[in-house]
Amino acid sequence: MAKILMKGNEAIAEAAIRAGATNYFCYPITPQTEVAEYLARRMPEVGGVFLQAESEVAVGNMLFGAASTGRRVFTSSSSPGISLMQEAMSYIAGAQLPCVILNIMRGGPGLGGILPAQSDYFQATKGGGHGDYRILCLAPSSIQEAVDLTMGAFATAEKYRNPVMIVGDGMIGQMMEPVEFPDDFDAGDPSKNEEWAATGAKGRKARIIKSLFLDPLKLEENSIVLHEKYEKMKVDEVRYERYKINSKNELMIVSYGTMARICQTAIDELEAEGISVGLFRPISLFPYPEKELRKEVDAKNIKTVLVIEMSCGQMVEDVERVVQGVKPVKFFGRTGGIVPSPEEAKEQIKNLIKKPTRAKKAAAKSTSKRKRKD
Amino acid sequence: MHTVQAEKTIFQRPESLTETVTHYCPGCTHGIIHRLVAESLDELGLRERAVGVAPVGCSVLIYNYFNCDFLEAPHGRAPALATGFKRIRNDMIVFTYQGDGDLASIGMGEIVHAANRGEKITVVFVNNAIYGMTGGQMAPTTLAGQVTTTCPHGRDTQQTGQPIRMSELLATLATPSYIERVSVHSPMHIIRAKKAVRKAFEYQKAGTCFSLVEVLSTCPTNWGMTPTDATKWLEKNLFAYYPLGCYKKPEEVG
Repeated sequence: MAKILMKGNEAIAEAAIRAGATNYFCYPITPQTEVAEYLARRMPEVGGVFLQAESEVAVGNMLFGAASTGRRVFTSSSSPGISLMQEAMSYIAGAQLPCVILNIMRGGPGLGGILPAQSDYFQATKGGGHGDYRILCLAPSSIQEAVDLTMGAFATAEKYRNPVMIVGDGMIGQMMEPVEFPDDFDAGDPSKNEEWAATGAKGRKARIIKSLFLDPLKLEENSIVLHEKYEKMKVDEVRYERYKINSKNELMIVSYGTMARICQTAIDELEAEGISVGLFRPISLFPYPEKELRKEVDAKNIKTVLVIEMSCGQMVEDVERVVQGVKPVKFFGRTGGIVPSPEEAKEQIKNLIKKPTRAKKAAAKSTSKRKRKD
Repeated sequence: MHTVQAEKTIFQRPESLTETVTHYCPGCTHGIIHRLVAESLDELGLRERAVGVAPVGCSVLIYNYFNCDFLEAPHGRAPALATGFKRIRNDMIVFTYQGDGDLASIGMGEIVHAANRGEKITVVFVNNAIYGMTGGQMAPTTLAGQVTTTCPHGRDTQQTGQPIRMSELLATLATPSYIERVSVHSPMHIIRAKKAVRKAFEYQKAGTCFSLVEVLSTCPTNWGMTPTDATKWLEKNLFAYYPLGCYKKPEEVG
């Protein structure tokens, strides 16, 4: 299929339909309302379900009921709305149902603002609701990647019978870019969901879809089943991208989503100035690419790790956890809806590179491997 | 030559109920209401395509007692789950079973909007004017002056407002629906309640409208009465504030 120019929100909406997710529940909130507007027009064309609910609390719970049918279901919202869905997310994870949630993040806390942010990282990756559960969380950095991840998300959700969340900052939702919807995409077969879905107790025992286990041993058992799924995700679902990572890098940036693209621009421009910087971009935020990042950080040439986020520092805690103090981890972030420019990123990088400690200077002299400018 | 008289079953457990012994207190009317729902499903041939949505409250374990598929909702959200399910599977029969704390307090938003959208679901609303499972706290339906553990001196309507009449409230919505209030404290009332529950499922089966049956119920344990005193108290006090009757029929709406 030829490339077409589409706004992120609309492209993601179309991607869900192409993946066979023709059941959508929503509540309007900036900056993702175009998803709802697009699907209000598009769903009737494909004979799907479009329903605007009275609140995000209701949306999350409609999604719970809808997912119980075994059909592909999804919703989209932005930060404050996602907070209201946390109740349902906890129940859906506990009851082991698949669904896909799109969070086009805006600045918080509270009502915050409507401009792009990455300040929902903790909520998305550490379990925003109560109980021992995780949401598989994917962060695209382009509209095309958002389309690709969305199309694959439904099969992944079904594989684990667990919610999958696509997190994009406001730019992913609002930007327009050329996208291509693959014709031969294998979105998986949801008909196998009939094995656990509520389809009516005809010729079989009645099924109960629930997260209530009053017997502590049964509840622990359920939590262990969930935990084992998350451990399997850590093995099979880790996604990341390495950008210009090589043995000349002294510094490595860790950044995700749109912020990572801005960092790529900074890296390209610094390369022209003779400064070599690599970028490690986690795509799966949970499971976090722990081993993969650690391997890059352990490279001898890496002196410093710089985490850049559109938040006051959230993912940086995962990076610190992975790096375990073997290299210094620095952080730069803007928040409130401010998107750092490549210039700001470059300035941060240069500040870290041109201020080597005395010990480092001595070490550098002795190895005489420096070919860096000043 | 002797004749063997064939045994004739004149009464049995509905197929829609399991043999599981319920956990309900002596004198509680949940068991009766469960049976009315189950009989209606049986009689209308709906069991095999029925999905119930359980509430949070005394009847949270209702799924153990029904022989049909069930979802267990968060507190108050059963109408939202039922909506999500029914919108996709409109060939199935979806019902919620909710108490007054679940439906009239924390789930007020979900029930009003489900009714107003005219979701083709059936809601069985059990009103016993108190929170049962958590041990007898004030509900939105608790009567003025009624003593509960969170209004130990009686419900003060200056502080907490007047009890909410859900059937009347939902009947004000312009969307067509079937709404009736019944009671199950006496055999006569149980027979009438059965007709209403069955009618509610008939409306859903025909795809006509949203249907809700409010059932006045006793809670001897948390009212602090014997079961027989509780039925007397219900008739004397709840009837005055919550009049029985049909509040809305779909055919009455133009």
